[in-house]
Amino acid sequence: MTARWLREIVEFNNKTSTVMTTTEDPSSISDIHVDNIGDFTFPERNKFDSGFGISSKTVDYICDVKSDPQWIRDFRHKALDVFNSKPMPTHWATKDLENIKFDQFRYYLSDGQKPKKSWDDVPDDVKRTFDRLGIPEQERKFLAGVEAQYDSEAAYSNIKAVVEEQGVIFANSTEALHKYPDIFRPWFGKVIPTGDNKFSALNSAVFSGGSFIYVPKGVKVKHPLQAYFRINSEQFGQFERTLIIADEGAELMYMEGCTAPKFETATLHSAVVELVAMKGAKIQYVTVQNWSSNVFNLVTKRGIAHEEAEVKWIDCNIGSRLTMKYPGVVMKGRKARGEVISIALANSGQHQDTGAKMIHAADETTSNVISKSISIGEGRATYRGLVHIPKHLKGCKNNTECDALLINTKSRTDTYPAISVRGNQHATQHEASVSQVSAEQIFYMQQRGLSEGEAMSLSVNGFINDLASQFPMEYSVELKRLIDLEMEGSVG
Amino acid sequence: MTLTPTLSTNAPQWFNDRAATAWQTFQNLPLPGIKDEPWRYSNAKRIPLDQLKPAASPSAELKAQAIAASSELTNTSARLVFVNDTLALTETSALPAGVICLPFEQALREQSDLVQKYFMQRIMQLGSDKFAALHLAHVRAGTVVFVPKNIIVEHPIEIFHWCSGEHAAIFPHTLIITGDNAKVSVVDHFRSLGDEQGFSCAVTDLVGGPGSQLTYIACQEMSMKAQAMQLASTVAERDASVKSFQLQLGASWSRSESVSDMVGKGSRSDMLSVSLPLGEQVVDQRTLQNHKAPNTHSDLLYKNALYDKSRSIFGGLITVDESAHFTDAYQTCRNLMNSPEAEANSMPGLEINADQVKCSHGSTSGPVSDEELFYLKARGIPDHEARRLIVMGFADDVIGRIGNEEIQAMIHARVEEKFAQVN
Repeated sequence: MTARWLREIVEFNNKTSTVMTTTEDPSSISDIHVDNIGDFTFPERNKFDSGFGISSKTVDYICDVKSDPQWIRDFRHKALDVFNSKPMPTHWATKDLENIKFDQFRYYLSDGQKPKKSWDDVPDDVKRTFDRLGIPEQERKFLAGVEAQYDSEAAYSNIKAVVEEQGVIFANSTEALHKYPDIFRPWFGKVIPTGDNKFSALNSAVFSGGSFIYVPKGVKVKHPLQAYFRINSEQFGQFERTLIIADEGAELMYMEGCTAPKFETATLHSAVVELVAMKGAKIQYVTVQNWSSNVFNLVTKRGIAHEEAEVKWIDCNIGSRLTMKYPGVVMKGRKARGEVISIALANSGQHQDTGAKMIHAADETTSNVISKSISIGEGRATYRGLVHIPKHLKGCKNNTECDALLINTKSRTDTYPAISVRGNQHATQHEASVSQVSAEQIFYMQQRGLSEGEAMSLSVNGFINDLASQFPMEYSVELKRLIDLEMEGSVG
Repeated sequence: MTLTPTLSTNAPQWFNDRAATAWQTFQNLPLPGIKDEPWRYSNAKRIPLDQLKPAASPSAELKAQAIAASSELTNTSARLVFVNDTLALTETSALPAGVICLPFEQALREQSDLVQKYFMQRIMQLGSDKFAALHLAHVRAGTVVFVPKNIIVEHPIEIFHWCSGEHAAIFPHTLIITGDNAKVSVVDHFRSLGDEQGFSCAVTDLVGGPGSQLTYIACQEMSMKAQAMQLASTVAERDASVKSFQLQLGASWSRSESVSDMVGKGSRSDMLSVSLPLGEQVVDQRTLQNHKAPNTHSDLLYKNALYDKSRSIFGGLITVDESAHFTDAYQTCRNLMNSPEAEANSMPGLEINADQVKCSHGSTSGPVSDEELFYLKARGIPDHEARRLIVMGFADDVIGRIGNEEIQAMIHARVEEKFAQVN
């Protein structure tokens, strides 16, 4: 009975996979109505056919479509070579990666594929999910792929105006590299070099979409920025590339994703997110993602924190077949601070391989990692972490806590931290625990009239409550409802 | 390759067959690299395989020198001394009747079936198959202990392995089997006679029968130029309790791989270790706690007090099989950093497939606490002495879990002696 609705989503995806995509937006800068190299010769016939596989031709094609400047074209080609030369990291990661068939994916989708569905086509179960999560009507249509674009202009235009007045640049990454090369270029690909891993190389070769944000010196952005605000642009690309720069003393909270299941036709997602916090700046990056369970979600996220700056990742991963995501912070300046708060929920058929990387590169830097994972049914949750403190530094501190909750007998959880400390002037501690929902708690609640399922939900919500409360309110409310949903049918 | 083995003419056919296959395996397997996850942070190239040769037969003088130095415990039920893989002394008269305690070669001849049944029956799971094969191809020294049902061996069996000669390699083997409800403790010492570069490639098989209690202590005090490797595998059957302790004091580079399989319901495994690396010593330890049956308990506590430019590497994993409900598994690695250039790497891992479990692991790295130091100094204890007390207390916390006062006192003394070298 576990996650019936998730299975439905998969079926739903399979049924609609040829005609639907929600990731692209018709009026973006890359708005050229062809999808394939072949389109140049047979534009009519291949209009809705996107090319499969990746080669230097694919890269050239993307560059042409997006009118990339020469340096980006070179960058992409170099990245493709790196991608081809790097082996799959299966010597440490799950063998499931070998099931990714790179030649069966489309690496660039333009607006040729518009959703061809009406709200009536959306399965009742999915509608119910939206209902239960309390997703606004407008968003539901967007999420279900009925509308290709979520019109948020009315709701958020005020915030947008305020932010723009402060001098904040908020654009899509393609637009940014054309319009703001002076800010974009010096940091692009610097936090996460192309060769960081196979998937960051892939992203570097074929990236499109994603956000670019620049917050000027001393500007504190009061309202969290969301990809939603940026209408008329690509929102969630398959290979999105986000670069956020907070200049000295600036503050920003950025949110991506939402708790509602996102229907995807493309089963490989490989985003790269780079954050740069200059002296004294603060960046909080909140992600809540709920992929359908056919998706490989392989994301590289890293931030650089300069002197006294703070980079905080709040990451919530639900769904997907395999998520591999280890947000990192390079603490480059004195007293910089890095933090990762991670919640992962793995249901049957899902593997959440998440964690954190903390690279201390200056004195008196501190980092904190708190990870909570829940495995339901046959789900598998993995924590994988890295803490690195080199020897010439002093006064660095790291705290890592990982707690795992197992709901069913077939649930699985793993923890693989790696902590490397040099010198006697640092302190690190790592703790992990694994437990199941206590029978006593459940009994107590059942005695008071709750059903076993409700009791389980309450317990699980209690388990992540202290972390969920750090999310923006609407997210934490949605998260709570989502857990209730996921827990349904997991007992008995 | 100077390490080519010579087959023994006295050994049973099955053994020679396995040794010959192992030599092939050793030659076929590549040297593990740092990209191999079980070798992360470490380097197998530290073992100078091209220069090593099997240790030469010792002179009578060398044997006498070794025997004279081979006594740590006063009350022992047996004592065996090997020099360069050659037997120098056996004293087994104090053993209870029925207990088998034989040098490896003799055991091969006289207890062939017993040895065949238990000797290196499992694949190393922690990355050193190549070195396990090297050991199998060369092994001729070591001890086979079998304690039959209900027999309690009161005093420990103490074994010394001495290595002498430049580039000499020794391959000590320890096989201990306990019958139902039997009890025994065995202490192995691995040492060098001179300060030459040598290599000890030891393999230990511990088989704890139902309800038995087995304690195994390995003290590695090779020369500071040597390399030492110990591959240990433990099987604990129903309600058995197997305790293993390693003291890593010597060798420029040491690596231990310890696998504990709890295969019987209610079995228990304690894995303990203390190291005190100085200079540029590297202590590389990998562990695996395999819970394969319900109601099993494992507890791992590894502590390293690091000085100078030394490094420690700890890679641990707890696995809990689907059927192993009501498992209690703990894993703790602590690094006490006593120099600005010491380095501690820890990778404590968990893989849990059952839900009725209590599992935790912890890893800490940090300096001596200023508060503790202040407390002692405020009471007139000088800095160096205060640090010694703190480090010894840090080590004694592990040593105290051995459960045999004489062995505890001996190990405490060994650590103190090593501490005396700290500047």
